[in-house]
Amino acid sequence: MVKPTEEAVVTQQEPLRKLAEVRDLNFYYGRTQALKNINMPIYEKKVTALIGPSGCGKTTLLRCFNRMHDLYPGNRYEGQILLGVDQPRNLLEMDPIEVRMQIGMVFQKPNPFPKSIYENIAYGLRVRGIKDRALLDEVVERSLRNAALWDEVKDRLKEPGTSLSGGQQQRLCIARALATDPEIILFDEPTSALDPIATVSIENLIVELKEQVTILIVTHNLQQAIRVSQFTAFMYLGELVEYNDTMSIFTKPVEQKTADYVSGRFG
Amino acid sequence: MVRNPKLIAVLHNPIAIAESIQQRKRWEQFFILLGWFSLLVALLTLVVLVADLLIRGWPLLNLKFLLSPPSSDPEEAGILTAWVGSLLVILVTIVVAVPLGIGAGIYLEEYAPKNWLLDFIEINITNLAGVPSIIYGLLALGFFVYILKWGESILTAGCTLALLILPVVIVTTRESLRAIPVGIREGAYSVGASRWQTIFDHVLPYSMGGILTGIIVGISRAIGETAPLITIGALTFITFLPEAPIKGEFPYISFNWLWSPFTVLPIQMFNWVSRPQEAFQINSAAAGVVLLVLTLLVNSTAIYLRYRFRKSIKF
Ligand SMILES: Nc1ncnc2c1ncn2[C@@H]1O[C@H](COP(=O)(O)OP(=O)(O)O)[C@@H](O)[C@H]1O
Ligand SMILES: [Mg+2]
Repeated sequence: MVKPTEEAVVTQQEPLRKLAEVRDLNFYYGRTQALKNINMPIYEKKVTALIGPSGCGKTTLLRCFNRMHDLYPGNRYEGQILLGVDQPRNLLEMDPIEVRMQIGMVFQKPNPFPKSIYENIAYGLRVRGIKDRALLDEVVERSLRNAALWDEVKDRLKEPGTSLSGGQQQRLCIARALATDPEIILFDEPTSALDPIATVSIENLIVELKEQVTILIVTHNLQQAIRVSQFTAFMYLGELVEYNDTMSIFTKPVEQKTADYVSGRFG
Repeated sequence: MVRNPKLIAVLHNPIAIAESIQQRKRWEQFFILLGWFSLLVALLTLVVLVADLLIRGWPLLNLKFLLSPPSSDPEEAGILTAWVGSLLVILVTIVVAVPLGIGAGIYLEEYAPKNWLLDFIEINITNLAGVPSIIYGLLALGFFVYILKWGESILTAGCTLALLILPVVIVTTRESLRAIPVGIREGAYSVGASRWQTIFDHVLPYSMGGILTGIIVGISRAIGETAPLITIGALTFITFLPEAPIKGEFPYISFNWLWSPFTVLPIQMFNWVSRPQEAFQINSAAAGVVLLVLTLLVNSTAIYLRYRFRKSIKF
C-alpha cells in the first residue's frame, strides 16, 4: 500500500469546506467598473491570496467582503458573496455592520486608534455593548497572545497604541481584528509598510492564525503568497483570470497571463 | 548634454556662477530685511497701543476699579457691572453656540448627502462668517427683541453673539473632522462600529483640539463685540448687577439673570470715551487694559489646548 503524502493526510482529516463564495460579482466606483464577473470560493481555515499587478482590483475585491465600499457614495455592487457553511447568506444584502461583525480587516497601513493598547482591542467588544471588565481583560489578553504581541506589551497596556513600532502596530491591528472572533479576516498588503523582519513575523502569524480563522490576503509579493497561502486567485484588469491551489498557480498555471505574471514577465 | 554656447557660458563658467549666487543672495538679504521691517511695524504698533493704555489707565488699575459699578464721578466709577455682564453674555453665547455649532458641523461633514444643496449651504455658512456684526445686531433686534419679546436682556445678547460666532464654530468643526485620517474611521467601521459610534468614539474626540480652538477664537471675537449689542439696546450706564444665579433657598438656582439688562466691557469703554470730561479717558484706558487681558487669557487657553491635544494625539 502506498503511504499517503502529507498533503493528502491533511485533506483526509479535514475536508475542505466552503465558508464563502463569490458569485458573478461586479463592482462599480460610480460609473467605472472595477470588478468584472468575479467567481471564486473561500475555503474555511485556509489562506487565500489575491495577486495581480497594481490597479487590477485586488483591494476593491477584498473590501467588498466587509462592505467597506458602503462608506463612500456612488459605489455599487452586483451579484453575490455568499457567507456561511450551512445556510449561506448573501452578505451584499446584509446589514454592513452585521457583516463587519463577522469579517474583520487588517489594513495596508497600520491604523491603531490613538487610544491605549487595551482600548484598541477592547473597542470591537465595546461597540457591541460589552462592559464586563473581566471579560474584556480576558479577550484583550487572548487576542494579544494570538497576535504574538502579549509578551512585548503586557506591562504597557495603558500606553497609546500609536507609540508602538510599525510591526507592533500591525500586530495590534491583527489583535484588534481577532478580538471579535470573526469568521474571516481580510488582509490588504499587511506588510507593504513594514521592514523585512516585521514582515516575517506577520507572515508567521498569518500561517498560525489559519488554524483558527479563514484568511483572505492581498499581496503584491509573490513569495509571500507562496509562503502563506493555500489558494491563490490571480486578477488582471478587474477580472479573475485564474483561481487554483497556490502550488498549481505557481507551478502549472493554465492561463498564459498567469504564467507571465508568476514568472515575473510583467507586473 | 548642453550644446548651446550661450548656455554653457552661464552653466559652466565659474565667474558667472559666483555672480549669480551673489546676486541671488542679495535678493535674499533684501527680503529678510523687508520681513523684519514688517514684523517690527506690526509689533511696535501693538506695543505702543498696549503701553499707551497701560500708562494712561495705570492710576485706576486696582481692585476698587474692578469692584465698583460705574458712577458719574470718574474717581469712583468702576467696571463691575461691565465685566460681570461680559462674562454672563459670553456664558450664554458658549452654551448656545457650542452645541449648535458642533452639531451642525458634524451633520454637514458626516451625515449630509453630498449634493448641490450641501454646497449651497457651505458657501452660505462661509459667507456668514464675513457678514458685518451690526447686521447680526439688526437681525437679533427684529427676532429676539421684537418677535420673541426677550427684551434688551443678557439672553438676547448671548444669543446674538452666538449667531455671530456660529459660522466660525461650524467651519472649524468641519475642518477638524475632515482632518482625521480615513484609516482611523475605516478601522472603527472594520470592527463593527456604527457611524454614530465611529464619530463619537473616535472622530469627534480626536478633533476636539481643533474644535476648541475654533470655539475660543469665536469667543475672543465675541468678547470685543460692541455694535450688535448696542443695536439690540444694551444699556451704556448700569449700576446694578443681575440677580445671582445661585440662591439660598430652594430651588437654589435661578435663571432670572438671563432677563436682566446689562452692559459689557467694550460698551462701557465706549461710553466713557464719548464723555466730555477728560477724567473719564483714564477709566476707558483702564477698562481697555482689562478687556485686553481677558482676550489674551482666552487666546492663551486656545493655544494651550491646541498644544495639549496635538501632543496627546498622533496618528
Ligand atoms: N475610490 C475609487 N474611485 C474610483 N476608482 C477607484 C477607486 N479606488 C480604486 N479605483 C480604481 O479601481 C481599480 C482597482 O483598484 P484597486 O482595487 O485599488 O487595485 P489594487 O489593489 O489591485 O492595486 C484601479 O483602476 C483604480 O484606479
Ligand atoms: Mg491595493
